[in-house]
Amino acid sequence: MQKAYNSKYLEYVSKISPKTNEKRSLLRAFFVGGTICLIGQFIRFFLEFTFGLYGDVLSGTTSVILIFIGSLLTGLGVYDRIGKFAGGGSIVPITGFANSVVSPAMEFKTEGFIYGLAAKMFVIAGPILVFGILGSVSVGIIYYIVGLF
Amino acid sequence: MTDVLLMFLKAFLVGGGICTVAQILINYTKITSGKILVYFLLAGIFLQSIGVYQYLVDFAGAGATVPISGFGYLLAEGAIKGAENGLFGAFTGGLIAASAGVTAAIVFGYLNALIFKAKSKKN
Amino acid sequence: MKSTVFFKNMPAIIATSTICGPKEGQGNLGEYIETRLQDDTFGEKTYEKAERKMLSHVINKSVQNANLRLCDVDCLISGDLLNQIISSSFSAREFDIPYLGVYNACSTMSEALAISAVLVDGGYMSTTVSATGSHFSTAERQYRYPLELGSVRPPQAQWTVTGAGSAVISSKSGFYPRITSATIGKVTDFGVTDVNNMGAAMAPAAFRSIYNHLKDTNRKPSYYDLILTGDLGALGSRLLKHLAKEKGVDIDNNHVDCGEMIYNIDEEEYQGGSGAGCSAVVFNSYIYTKMRQKKFNKVLFVATGALLSTVSSQQGETIPAIAHAISIENGVV
Repeated sequence: MQKAYNSKYLEYVSKISPKTNEKRSLLRAFFVGGTICLIGQFIRFFLEFTFGLYGDVLSGTTSVILIFIGSLLTGLGVYDRIGKFAGGGSIVPITGFANSVVSPAMEFKTEGFIYGLAAKMFVIAGPILVFGILGSVSVGIIYYIVGLF
Repeated sequence: MTDVLLMFLKAFLVGGGICTVAQILINYTKITSGKILVYFLLAGIFLQSIGVYQYLVDFAGAGATVPISGFGYLLAEGAIKGAENGLFGAFTGGLIAASAGVTAAIVFGYLNALIFKAKSKKN
Repeated sequence: MKSTVFFKNMPAIIATSTICGPKEGQGNLGEYIETRLQDDTFGEKTYEKAERKMLSHVINKSVQNANLRLCDVDCLISGDLLNQIISSSFSAREFDIPYLGVYNACSTMSEALAISAVLVDGGYMSTTVSATGSHFSTAERQYRYPLELGSVRPPQAQWTVTGAGSAVISSKSGFYPRITSATIGKVTDFGVTDVNNMGAAMAPAAFRSIYNHLKDTNRKPSYYDLILTGDLGALGSRLLKHLAKEKGVDIDNNHVDCGEMIYNIDEEEYQGGSGAGCSAVVFNSYIYTKMRQKKFNKVLFVATGALLSTVSSQQGETIPAIAHAISIENGVV
């Protein structure tokens, strides 16, 4: 009885809860995400043509620069404003990864530099490293085993 | 010159497209940003392990490498290359390829957190 | 089984004090709030310290406003949202007053008022202070994400109020807003799991307390000038009215919600304010002032609280909620 009533209530809740503005949020995510990638491409070309970088060094340096920009904007208190506007558009690029590393580090600085800042640094981004490394090792081992035959 | 402009356009469209997929997930499933990052990372690893993501990278450049799925691509690609040199390479290849990104995140993260303070928000 | 306590001696709320952050100061009720901060760190190094200082500030001020000295206060009853209610306990450290720490999330203000009323009405104490507060930046870090994380705030979310309120309850005679009865809430859980939708989680608890109160006192909703819920927000208020209609109780004409009132609607907090400070600030500033001016004479104050923690929600538990209904009426004893 109570259960049935509750599910009726929950249904009503989801019916009248406001929805995210679908079109607007998708457009914003598209434009901001696209622009960040555009900037990435610009950095790539710039490094390639001015410093003659190529291959792994080129893509690595591009990531480093983007991460630098992402963490600096987080420090300046700008990145969360972009995030509020763009949603997925600023979460998914590598700058969003930087944001998820820097923001808890800043937040928990008040609890000390070791157990606060350093320990809490990967509260949000930790899973990315864990699953990234697990995934890459599994792929590597599968390729190794397949390569044996 | 047109090649360069075309590359910019492709980077913009593909990068924007990947982010739009993330936004669709946010809108419909209410999953949080940390989970989105993990899912996209795993998608990148998987797509590269079957050799698909490489095409996207060749096509769109930064449009495919800048999103976190590009980080997954890097990890998988490193592990696959490492596997050619034996089991140890398979074990370490991924992180070696991704070392620049991880190091940058930790170094710049620490420095920025040292300098700046979290600010209260007005809206 | 009745859940309402009637106070024969009708303890008086003889003075209040409130403080708020810059955002709340610019809101609808800003002019009624006693101290409006320009800087929500309040000159402190951390937001936790700022919250503590706000609480100490209003406790001191409310005692001053009552023309009393701190040594006249028999007991301080306060609570807040932080783990182990550190803001309350640490602010109580500064005072040479017996202290009771209470926690009922955002309904702490009405819980503290009810306990004060019981102590004073029973004649055990003559003057007590009830206080509570919250801070956007401390709550955000504890319940949600770091401030600088670029996350998306869903449209059903509310905004934690930076502010604190304190009330002095006394057995003094004279014309004052007086606590005449209190309906202690029951923990209610309708199965809402969305931590961003507190209004939906708390609306059933609020309605249950209002319903029990009206039943126990044999009153109609129209008896009250105002039925003031704590921090249901716009969405929660709609749900409350829906639940009330279902049970044939009509509160459309006199129900208002603190969370809905505190901010200007054009700002982007979506559903309005929340947090322990929300009902504490609104009740102790605007509502109390208007009661002293006899603009309102009978108010049912129903602060609502969601009793979740980050652990419980991570483990997939639903959100239990509570609400205490305090009947406050102008009168002379």
